[in-house]
Amino acid sequence: MLTAILVMVGIAVVTGLVLGWSAIRFKVEGNPLAEKIDAILPQTQCGQCGFPGCRPYAEAIAKGEADINQCPPGGEEGVKKLAELLGVEPKPLDESHGTPKPKSVAFIDEQTCIGCTLCIQACPVDAIAGAAKQMHTIIAAECTGCELCLPPCPVDCISMVPIPEDLPHWKWKHPVVMLKKVA
Amino acid sequence: MSRELFKFKGGVHPPEHKTESNGRPIHAAPLPKKLVVPLRQHMGTPAKPAVNVGDRVLKGQLIGTADGYISAAVHASSSGMVTAIDLQQVPHASGLPDLCIMIETDGRDEWIAHGPLDYQAMAPTDLRMQLRDMGIAGLGGAVFPSAVKLDPGAHICPTLIVNGGECEPWITCDDVLMRHHADEILQGVAVMRHLLGSTEILVGIEDNKPEAITAMQAAAQKMDFAVEVVAVPAIYPGGGAKQLIETLTGKQVPSGKLSTDIGIQVFNVGTAYALARAVHHGEPLISRLVTVTGHVLRPQNVEVLIGTPMHMLITLAGDRDGTTGVLMGGPMMGMPMPDMEVPVVKATNCILVQSNELFPPLPKALPCIRCTRCADVCPAELQPQELFRFAKAGDFGRAQEYHLFDCIECGCCSYVCPSHIPLVDFYRYAKSEIWAREKDKRAADLARERHEFRLFRLEREKKEKAEKLAAKAQAKRAEIAAEPTASGAPDAEAKKALIAAALARAQAKKAEIAPKNVDHLPPDTQREIEEIEARRAKIRALARQPLESEEKP
Repeated sequence: MLTAILVMVGIAVVTGLVLGWSAIRFKVEGNPLAEKIDAILPQTQCGQCGFPGCRPYAEAIAKGEADINQCPPGGEEGVKKLAELLGVEPKPLDESHGTPKPKSVAFIDEQTCIGCTLCIQACPVDAIAGAAKQMHTIIAAECTGCELCLPPCPVDCISMVPIPEDLPHWKWKHPVVMLKKVA
Repeated sequence: MSRELFKFKGGVHPPEHKTESNGRPIHAAPLPKKLVVPLRQHMGTPAKPAVNVGDRVLKGQLIGTADGYISAAVHASSSGMVTAIDLQQVPHASGLPDLCIMIETDGRDEWIAHGPLDYQAMAPTDLRMQLRDMGIAGLGGAVFPSAVKLDPGAHICPTLIVNGGECEPWITCDDVLMRHHADEILQGVAVMRHLLGSTEILVGIEDNKPEAITAMQAAAQKMDFAVEVVAVPAIYPGGGAKQLIETLTGKQVPSGKLSTDIGIQVFNVGTAYALARAVHHGEPLISRLVTVTGHVLRPQNVEVLIGTPMHMLITLAGDRDGTTGVLMGGPMMGMPMPDMEVPVVKATNCILVQSNELFPPLPKALPCIRCTRCADVCPAELQPQELFRFAKAGDFGRAQEYHLFDCIECGCCSYVCPSHIPLVDFYRYAKSEIWAREKDKRAADLARERHEFRLFRLEREKKEKAEKLAAKAQAKRAEIAAEPTASGAPDAEAKKALIAAALARAQAKKAEIAPKNVDHLPPDTQREIEEIEARRAKIRALARQPLESEEKP
């Protein structure tokens, strides 16, 4: 009887120690679910979802504090992917957070720019080059098209230019197959 | 020939239609009035314009410099004036325009100074750079810059295969080139062998080209190294690089790998010829042999300057009524051209004029019945019916699991499909969607990284500022503490002293900056100022007296 109890207690102690040790040793930093959600989000950092950037939105979704349909740049496809990841039903985009727009990059009219640096401070990805009283310009390859630089500009010299479809950006279209009617 | 040949899986036997065009001698196409030379003719980065509008250029002059390692230069195909550098229609399935250099020819066809290269004395790197600057790129179809392929790098290529397969129906430019320029092709091969250090040279030619085989064998006898000319069975796509490798060596290029990973490099015969012209004559790649065939009066092979509009060649071969369209390439892999004005580029091996009799429009597609005939003929040993299902449904992840990227887009599956489904179009669509997504993913990763760094930077700047302020205050406090008067005084007193000192400093500063516009004033202004000052003094005196109303509540 005593041996049995001792054995059981021994096993419990050993297992407890192993579990306790591995909880410290293999502690996962951050929230792995938020990471996965963040990987799906388009990283425009536009804040249209109501959170200051994609990462906070991902964390809010992971905690169940935000819905999956608040990201217009991600579009319906993004919602579908999030729904798949979280095992919920996909739903249409919440229009109150904005509607999807064609992919664009910001463009600074260098004639009008007064070099106030307000847009530089607003850009979430540091894609604007310039200094005080110097002309500013957009690093087009790094612009996410978030439009956050538009409101602070005191002279309204920034406009959004849609990315044109040219040869390097061209994609084969889904073939339109004319199906023969079978009686 | 004792070489044992192997058979790759699948393949089809479409009608060859080679005799229409391979019997006539090679003619040079007439010099067009206007040449349109696209800057993106090869795989990799497009060339950068090196001339300005209004410049006079000579034949063979560099007009676009190679931009980066995987790139190739472009050259003026004839002498004349650069009239425009702008977007022009190019031979591309999208029908979208691309950056081109337009040259109005002066009819003199005046060459720039050029001469042969002593390639054996040159350092391999210099020779490769030279070839890149001469615009040499693969003429078999992929137009990959040859200088890159000729860099053995980490991979040693003991086997060099020269591809004279030309399996696609209708096209005969390689066949005719081998018949007429076998010696020069092998001179180009000698340069390749020099750069790659290959020990085994194989020339694979399909057995439906006996004249080409004879010509190449005769030329091979004259070379000072061993060249084995091998007749391979004619089957489509036997001239595909991976298929020819398997036929000749029995080796399969593993999925997702290059032939150089198994020690084999493959070049088209046209590329070898262009290389020989470049090395032995110093001529950059400004012309190529093009088969003009199909619905024309005189199907033939023409030596065409790069940039010549296609309609000129069709007129030369005799255009006929009932033309329904033009393909660049053959019927299996060719691309429909947006119009007949587009220029001939380095990739143009064939201009196939279509008519309803020769190429009747495909009947309407029926649903896939999963007969797997496509799987039987697929030379890449894929499951085309599954790939079709996934591509159609947009399930690109599964399509990749089924090795979509091993598809060589040869068109065998579409050719045999009893339901006439344009299968290859679906694979091209799926591939370009996957590439676009990967591009988006890379852009998103970059944005995430930059955003995270920005947050880190803001935090760091805030901390640095706070630290700087703290350090300054600390230094001041230490300074005050060091002063003998403040020694031993309690904190409050020290603070008071500090404030008093600051006030005194401010007062001194104020006194220093006396207003400067009151010196040497005319007497009337001086009087006015005095009057105002007197009024101010009076008001101040009044303000100090408590109001009568306040005294008597």
